[in-house]
Amino acid sequence: MLDVLTVLLTLGGLVFFAGATMGILRFPDFYTRLHAAGKLDTLGALLTMAGLAVYNLDPFSMATLLTSLKIGLAVGFIFIASPTATHAIVDAGVRAGLRPWVKQEDEQQ
Amino acid sequence: MKPIDLEELSTNRREILQATQPPPKNPYVQKGLSLGISFLLLFGAWVLLSGKFDAFHLSLGAASSLFVAWISRDLLFPSGDVATLARSMAGVAAYTPWLLLQIVKSNIHVLRIAFARNPERLIHPHIISMHTKLKGEIPLVTFANSITLTPGTITIQVSAGNEVRIHALDYTTGDMDALREMESRVARAFGESD
Amino acid sequence: MHGFLLGAALFLILLMALSLYRAAYGPTVVDRLVGANAIGSKTVVLLIIIGHLFSREDMFVDIALAYAMLNFIAVLAASRYFHKRKGLDAVEEEITPRIHWD
Repeated sequence: MLDVLTVLLTLGGLVFFAGATMGILRFPDFYTRLHAAGKLDTLGALLTMAGLAVYNLDPFSMATLLTSLKIGLAVGFIFIASPTATHAIVDAGVRAGLRPWVKQEDEQQ
Repeated sequence: MKPIDLEELSTNRREILQATQPPPKNPYVQKGLSLGISFLLLFGAWVLLSGKFDAFHLSLGAASSLFVAWISRDLLFPSGDVATLARSMAGVAAYTPWLLLQIVKSNIHVLRIAFARNPERLIHPHIISMHTKLKGEIPLVTFANSITLTPGTITIQVSAGNEVRIHALDYTTGDMDALREMESRVARAFGESD
Repeated sequence: MHGFLLGAALFLILLMALSLYRAAYGPTVVDRLVGANAIGSKTVVLLIIIGHLFSREDMFVDIALAYAMLNFIAVLAASRYFHKRKGLDAVEEEITPRIHWD
């Protein structure tokens, strides 16, 4: 039962990680790539690490509970740190004056 | 447009904060409470990370947490206002499930674009500026980080006068309502809604 | 279950190799930073999986936590450094918003 939950959560996380990588490779400019990196990587890490924390609980004891709580701590840290890191990168890009990619038809409006 | 002066920004923010918060009642009580909260948090983190419960390790943890709490006594919770802290913690706990739902929704949206045959056909990137009513530093940071995590938008800058600049991946007219709703939810979570 | 975790780890390594393209070929320095950040966030998960594969979760979780913090600080430091436009062949103009909401 726990194994099924682990597999589902981990597979879901890997799908989001794959989407993040595809986005980083395929989006047209730096700003749009950051959307993929900042959002999809965060949720991917949340799902995969939740799956691993559940798998870790299997022979239930104080030690495994502590390890799972530590994984939870790492997830919490990533949830605060990842948007902040994204913001730092986009700030560097804006201060350097990188022009965002805009669609031709939107440009003419 | 002139570049934003960071010095000026931080003093502005400090003035706004000082104007909105009531003056501390008893400085010694406030300092003690601030120290106590920092100590409890740090000691909890120590226990979680060490995983050893004998007297030797616990006393080492208590000593080092007390030392770090004393060094950073004016850093973590300078006001030491327990009531406000507890209320905003409860507010954040109520806000998190809604945020998680929004994160999943927006992630599926971006995921669909990333796997599309021609992603450039589907996106309409724009830079948007909006004004926010939020005043405190923590609510502003929460709002900015929430914007980055949710509906296809990334915060670029939060400048003086509370102007938030956003890069939207797929700009639609519904974005504004979504961000306004998020703003009012953050305001409610931190008790800033009037 | 062991095989599934091994497969997940190998898939993560494949994704990291793909992200390495962005980290190596840019085109701008901030693009490389995006690629490096993506690799770092996958490494945290990979470290926990490796811990499970070696049955040393307790040790590798600590390493993963420390790596997450190190990655965050590295990205912050690098993006602060490039505030001074080093290595960025960008146009010298202010980026202004196109749409204004009150």
